[in-house]
Amino acid sequence: MHVLEVNNVSYRYQRNQVLHDVTFTVTEGEIFGILGPNGSGKTTLLKLLSKELPLQSGSIVVNGRPLRSFSQKEWARFAAVLPQITDAAFGYTVKETVELGRYAHQNGLFPTWTEEDEQAVKTAIEEVGLTEKVEEGIDRLSGGERQRVYLARALAQQPRLLLLDEPTNHMDITQQIKLLDQLVRWAKEKALTIVAIFHDINIASLYCDRLLMLKRGEVVALGTPEELMEPERLNSVFQAQVSRQAHPTVSKPLMAFLRKWEFPILQHGGLRERFTWTTMKDCIAITASAPLKVLSSALIGSGFQWATHFVNRQVPKDYDCEDAETEMKHYLRRHGFPVQQTIGMMTAVSIEDAVCMYENGDAFSVWAVVTAGVGNAVDAAQAWKRAHFDQKIGTINIMVFIDGILTEAAYVQAIMTATEAKTKALYDEKIIDSETNTYATGTSTDCIAVAATQTGVTFPYAGTITPLGKAIGRTVYEATKKALRRYQQRRESS
Amino acid sequence: MYAVAITVVIISLLLGISIGSLSIPFSAIIKIFLSKSFGVTLPDDIPSDFVQIVMAIRLPRVVLAFFVGASLAVAGAAFQGLLKNALADPYTLGVSSGASVGAVFVIFFGIQLPLFGTFTLPIVSIVFGLATLVLVLLFTRAVERKMSVETIILVGIMFGAFFSALISLMIALTGEELRQIIAWLMGSVAMRGWKYTMMLLPFFLVGVMLLLFNARELNAFAFGEAAAMHIGVDVAKRKVMVLTGASLLTGAAVSVSGTIGFVGLVVPHMVRLVCGPNYRLLLPLSLLYGGAFLVLTDLLARTIISPRELPIGVITSLIGAPLFALLFFRRMRRKT
Repeated sequence: MHVLEVNNVSYRYQRNQVLHDVTFTVTEGEIFGILGPNGSGKTTLLKLLSKELPLQSGSIVVNGRPLRSFSQKEWARFAAVLPQITDAAFGYTVKETVELGRYAHQNGLFPTWTEEDEQAVKTAIEEVGLTEKVEEGIDRLSGGERQRVYLARALAQQPRLLLLDEPTNHMDITQQIKLLDQLVRWAKEKALTIVAIFHDINIASLYCDRLLMLKRGEVVALGTPEELMEPERLNSVFQAQVSRQAHPTVSKPLMAFLRKWEFPILQHGGLRERFTWTTMKDCIAITASAPLKVLSSALIGSGFQWATHFVNRQVPKDYDCEDAETEMKHYLRRHGFPVQQTIGMMTAVSIEDAVCMYENGDAFSVWAVVTAGVGNAVDAAQAWKRAHFDQKIGTINIMVFIDGILTEAAYVQAIMTATEAKTKALYDEKIIDSETNTYATGTSTDCIAVAATQTGVTFPYAGTITPLGKAIGRTVYEATKKALRRYQQRRESS
Repeated sequence: MYAVAITVVIISLLLGISIGSLSIPFSAIIKIFLSKSFGVTLPDDIPSDFVQIVMAIRLPRVVLAFFVGASLAVAGAAFQGLLKNALADPYTLGVSSGASVGAVFVIFFGIQLPLFGTFTLPIVSIVFGLATLVLVLLFTRAVERKMSVETIILVGIMFGAFFSALISLMIALTGEELRQIIAWLMGSVAMRGWKYTMMLLPFFLVGVMLLLFNARELNAFAFGEAAAMHIGVDVAKRKVMVLTGASLLTGAAVSVSGTIGFVGLVVPHMVRLVCGPNYRLLLPLSLLYGGAFLVLTDLLARTIISPRELPIGVITSLIGAPLFALLFFRRMRRKT
């Protein structure tokens, strides 16, 4: 059922055409977002819907009835408006302000205030969480609270349609999320239809069922956020560089804005020279002069992350901790590492046996740092045969540093390439899974981090046969092999 | 709230009747009222000239002062609300200037219309006032169909300035009538009799009704015209109703008593300080306090350097201006 049908609506202020042939429909209970840069006609469109401006051409039909035929009062019983800016009237209390929302429901010259009016006002104030402030003057409230008062007034109108112009404009992020969550709830529970202008494309994408994108008064796109949020489209509408990402938990796209101008990262010499290597009593710390984008399975800083510190920490053989992550964070903090920018790994292998391999390509360089132990060597193909999990000491930690720009696909391929190289090294060193007596492919607690400077040459891929893949494969293989030998030697000598 | 206001009104009326060149005790006033309205026999100890003074001189004067003060204060409150401007008063729209032009015109040319006799002045004046209102509204509408508040204020100031210039012109050209014109301009409720009150009354009733019917709309206007529209107020219609009501009150008050300043500006502000901005309270309370205020200032005007009388407009301004300055000062201090 279409609550709202907007057909070929155009609007001009004097000679200035602000809206051109805008057509769309809104269904009941839908959250319909309007997006567009400043001056794209969003607010004019909303003003036409709220009857604040007269329709010049085209038609707006509400539940099958032309908007024109509604009196201002009738329309106020159907639709409530929350504008971007409302004059704060001096001295009115929250309650008095919200009570004005009942205006359209009252009739006669001196109408009586009914129980229903009172109840509607009370509920509206409760809904926005201002019950404790009913008697407070609205000029004493904060911007966000005041916006909630006006929202309560809109709710007191008991509308079927809510028209919002940047509803969260004066709010901090907590209040924004709270309000928007509430709007979603109302839309679903009360079948309240919401048409709202948004500034923030991510908020719009997250909360709207459908979006209308306007540019210079024309509809550029209409559809679900998933369909609309294309970087190219946003680039042309907003003239801003964006890149599309997946939302961590909701199946909605998330757009990241890119800066037009990046600070050039000072490059002194080769990749290795931009790091400082510190060996401490129980850890190796590699510190970069500029942050690197890292994809890792490390205990600290897993997933994609920007980091400047890479720590491989040696723990005692009997290290046993319920919450290794928290303990590791304490450890890092104690040693002065910035936890949010640190990739932290653990090993029981002696860190003195760490191996570095360096390769300088034509346009890039790759550096692999590996510590290896094989106490937990496992053959991935046969692991299903293991009945229980008996964790002994021994793990392979790999860090790969790359000078270049990697796409997300290249990161994943770099991980694959490095893993394959590691497995080959284990095979060549004849490392056996002691349970199954087959060649091991790795250990049960291996860890990897691929870090790239994201400056210089772009690498769309890092598969085994690409130049970058070749360098990763070789360095990781050599380093792992050498690390395994050192590990064996130390075991034999002790 | 109303009880307090009504008490203040009754006391000020009694004071207004009681005090003068001949003091009349409250008890005597009440006895005279009782005898006049319920036919209770008047005790012998009250001299008959008391009755004469109360009924023929002081009562009509006090009642007229009350209605004029009430009209100006209610109109002022309505203008301030509608125009969203704390500095608005009944004279903002230029209606009073129009009415003044009419009055000065009558004095300047010494006109007497055949049927109306001495009422020529108030009648011409109110006609001029109403004509000004219509002109201002039509002109505003012609400038901008929406009739936004800013346009109304500008057009009002424009008309006001033009009419003031006309008045100045007539003053400059006048000879003997100068004193009379100045005296009228400064305002007075003296020696008007019941007929002036009767003339004011219908406009007063219609104007007050129009405004009271629109008290909720005035509350909505306080949040801006867009907000008023959003909650369902028919903005254009209501605006014209409020403007008409307030202008009727102003025009009528000016035509019977001249331009008495500051009542319409200061009284609503003082009432706001006590009872808040809600027009459903503010309008009736401004009416009551405005009336009482003018009765008392009139009392001061005629007693302070008795037997001479000061123009009432001077007293209201003398009290009003410092009061307003204080309010303004406090308001600005609160803002910063």
